[in-house]
Amino acid sequence: MQFRKSWIMTLALTSVLALSACGSNNGGNNAPANAGGNNAAATNAPTETSSGSDLSGSILASGSTALQPLVEQVAEKFMDKNAGVDIQVQGGGSGTGLTQVAEKQVDIGNSDVFAEEKLKGDDAEKAAALVDHQVAVVAIAAVAHKDAGVDGLTKQQLVDIFSGKVTNWKEVGGADQKIQIINRPGSSGTRATFENFALGTKTEDLQGSIQEDSSGTVKKMIGETPGAIGYLALSYLDDSVKTLSYDGVEPSVDNVISGKYPVWAYQHMYTNGEPNETVKAFLDYIMTEEVQTADVVELGYIPALNMQVARDVEGNVTKK
Amino acid sequence: MKSKKSRLEKHHIEDLVGRSYMAFCVLLLIVIIISMVYFVASKGLSTFITGGVSVGEFFFGTKWAPEADTPSFGAFPFISGSFLVTLLAALIASPLSICAALFMTEIVPGWGKKLLQPVIELLAGIPSVVYGFIGLSVIVPFLRDTFPGQGIGVAAGALVLSVMILPTITSVAADALAALPQNLKESSFALGATRWQTISRVILPTTMPSIMTGVVLGMARAFGEALAVQMVIGNAPFVPKSLFESASTLTSVITLSMGNTTMGSSYNNALWSMALVLMLMTFAFVGLVRLLERRNKI
Amino acid sequence: MKPRTVDKIATSLIVFFALFIVAILVGLLGYILFRGLSHISWDFLTSAPQKIRAGGGVGPQLFNSLFLLVLTLIITVPLGLGAGIFMAEYARPGKLTGFIRLIVEVLSSFPSIVVGLFGLLLIVNYFDLGFSMISGALALTVFNLPLMVRITEQAFRSVPKQQKEAGFALGLSKWKIVTTVLFPVALPTIITGTILSAGRVFGEAAALMFTAGMSSPRLDFTNWNPLSPSSPLNPFRPAETLAVHIWKVNSEGLAPDAVEIAAGASAVLVITVLLFNLGARFFGRFIYRKLTASKRMN
Repeated sequence: MQFRKSWIMTLALTSVLALSACGSNNGGNNAPANAGGNNAAATNAPTETSSGSDLSGSILASGSTALQPLVEQVAEKFMDKNAGVDIQVQGGGSGTGLTQVAEKQVDIGNSDVFAEEKLKGDDAEKAAALVDHQVAVVAIAAVAHKDAGVDGLTKQQLVDIFSGKVTNWKEVGGADQKIQIINRPGSSGTRATFENFALGTKTEDLQGSIQEDSSGTVKKMIGETPGAIGYLALSYLDDSVKTLSYDGVEPSVDNVISGKYPVWAYQHMYTNGEPNETVKAFLDYIMTEEVQTADVVELGYIPALNMQVARDVEGNVTKK
Repeated sequence: MKSKKSRLEKHHIEDLVGRSYMAFCVLLLIVIIISMVYFVASKGLSTFITGGVSVGEFFFGTKWAPEADTPSFGAFPFISGSFLVTLLAALIASPLSICAALFMTEIVPGWGKKLLQPVIELLAGIPSVVYGFIGLSVIVPFLRDTFPGQGIGVAAGALVLSVMILPTITSVAADALAALPQNLKESSFALGATRWQTISRVILPTTMPSIMTGVVLGMARAFGEALAVQMVIGNAPFVPKSLFESASTLTSVITLSMGNTTMGSSYNNALWSMALVLMLMTFAFVGLVRLLERRNKI
Repeated sequence: MKPRTVDKIATSLIVFFALFIVAILVGLLGYILFRGLSHISWDFLTSAPQKIRAGGGVGPQLFNSLFLLVLTLIITVPLGLGAGIFMAEYARPGKLTGFIRLIVEVLSSFPSIVVGLFGLLLIVNYFDLGFSMISGALALTVFNLPLMVRITEQAFRSVPKQQKEAGFALGLSKWKIVTTVLFPVALPTIITGTILSAGRVFGEAAALMFTAGMSSPRLDFTNWNPLSPSSPLNPFRPAETLAVHIWKVNSEGLAPDAVEIAAGASAVLVITVLLFNLGARFFGRFIYRKLTASKRMN
């Protein structure tokens, strides 16, 4: 990697030289490009050494866009407390985060799903090397357009709707209105969670269903489209859509914590092997009461610390 | 005081430096294109080589279920979706563009050009995310209220794309019309033909190959457009049964799933195969443009 | 029907469609500005975005867009000049020149999403530059470079032959003629073209989502040390541009005023592109007048 970086730098230098050769007057702007190169080397390689209690070094995290706001906000607080530490948080999606942490391109890979679910088959070894840190929980609720006329659905009704057996709201006790499914793409972590814990089965995509990856768009569509049904993380719920209860259980934070409401998933921060001191300090900081009760709740996640139940990769739930 | 000889040498050195710098720039262009083709192809072909998906299944299979227990990678819905929205967009945009070009060059050559030229440039300058944003907040609700269906779908995608490719077709068509020899028109008028007769029997037939170049360039843009289409098309991996039904394009499925899949997984590789198809289609469009240009010269 | 009636109908149809296109643009701009302008304030343009609270701005995104543009131009302009001058003045008609021309054409018609994916594979992952400003700038280079080559080539070709011949008659070397005689004459055209192409870079989103990233770390606008990770000038930090921000706010935004922010940001984006267009026209005319006037005086 170091070699490639120096190669890039040479290229950058060449173009800078070329620039001055062309007689352009951009010298002032080039300087940062040069100087930044040295800095990147420092940024991307976390320093293993640290002196006493003063943490130093840099952390690079990437992955899930759902987890990104939380990590960004906590990173800013952490940097305020530890002046020597620099944390960069990037998005890119869970797949990208897992790929990059497995390739050691980043220190932390953020993911909505267990690494084992994404890194399958030939990549299973990679997943085994990753260490899981579950920092928060996101619960997902089924939501419908306001005029659908139902307050809740049972598991079986949801399965029937998402597998296309039921196509009109009146068949599940609602208004006489055609059901429009607003699903997520097959690669989505939110869809995996919803299928695993709400439907209990994988569903096939249906002709004519709408697929959107982003929660904002899904919410907008459900709010605007008559007869629409979809699912959203609790933090996105508001008055523009109708939140449905699941088997009679309200999707509320308390019901998730107590284990009554089953449709939830961990937000994972993976490290490749055990983290170094700086990364560990950062991960520990996220799990402190201070962050879990303030930032985590404020941004609409459910604190992992409070959970009274735990769940493993296979989906087995145990009381803590 | 420098001798005349050393000044000559200085010139030679300057010349040499200049030439080698230019050679470097040109070489860089070649390196970029070769590495692009190499990297995208090596990723995209792995679906067929190591993934065990047959070329036939990929191009003609209609079942797209990469996450299923027995995954299948039929990309036909995406390929057909891309072609469908592209053709529809070209069908909507071409007549409009040709009218605009005729307006600029034949009907009111003076202020027509002064009015439309900036309009076309501005339309070309509006970023594609803004087009998507407007498509989602204006076109989709309009279609939902006017036609059966949810508003989202092939028709919405084609409408957004048609506005996006208007400038491309119009400017090429206007250039073609302006380049037409004046005496051709004059002799037609001299024969007593009306303006429309001149346009429909003389001007359009002679400039058609050049105008088609513009249409193909517009289609190339529509085929590769990602964000605006993804926002309004609905993204269901099926060949749509009506124009107002949710469908997918190659670009929309790539945008939707690339970040959520891990590099090297067969799902991810299939997306790269689609990127490869996009790349090959670019070659095809450029080839088509060349063919049209050559015909135009004869 | 009489030919004259047909002519009248056809003409009015053409005029109608041409004016329809003008109406589309006016509608688009009107909609964007109407929705967005009320949200734009000094505070909106300078403050940082908020995650969940209302009242966030687009300050860092606006800065990132501009800085990314500068970076891209620093890389592309010299390279584009080199290759463009080669194509205009040095290349002899032949297979190689034809091949380079083909490369330029293909590169400029690649879909931006393919360029973005290539950037993700080669620049972000393989060269290990991560999601960063510099990765974004290099990806944008891939499709801005062919534009620059074309602009330069056309600018040099439009220089009158006599100027070059006069240079040769004075016994100047070719490189000297190119740099001291042709370049100043071609410069206004090149600058105009560059500003217009800058508009495209400014609005690009699909390629940047995969290269420059979708996050904007906290920036300290008092820290101008490019080595520092919180400095706005550090090109190795991830950078969300305005266009990407519109996409993200539209799709993932948790803030209660996400729709207004998207509308406001769209308006800012469109106004900036308008400014680029007007700037290019104004600047081109200004330089042209200055150059021609100074020549008359000598």
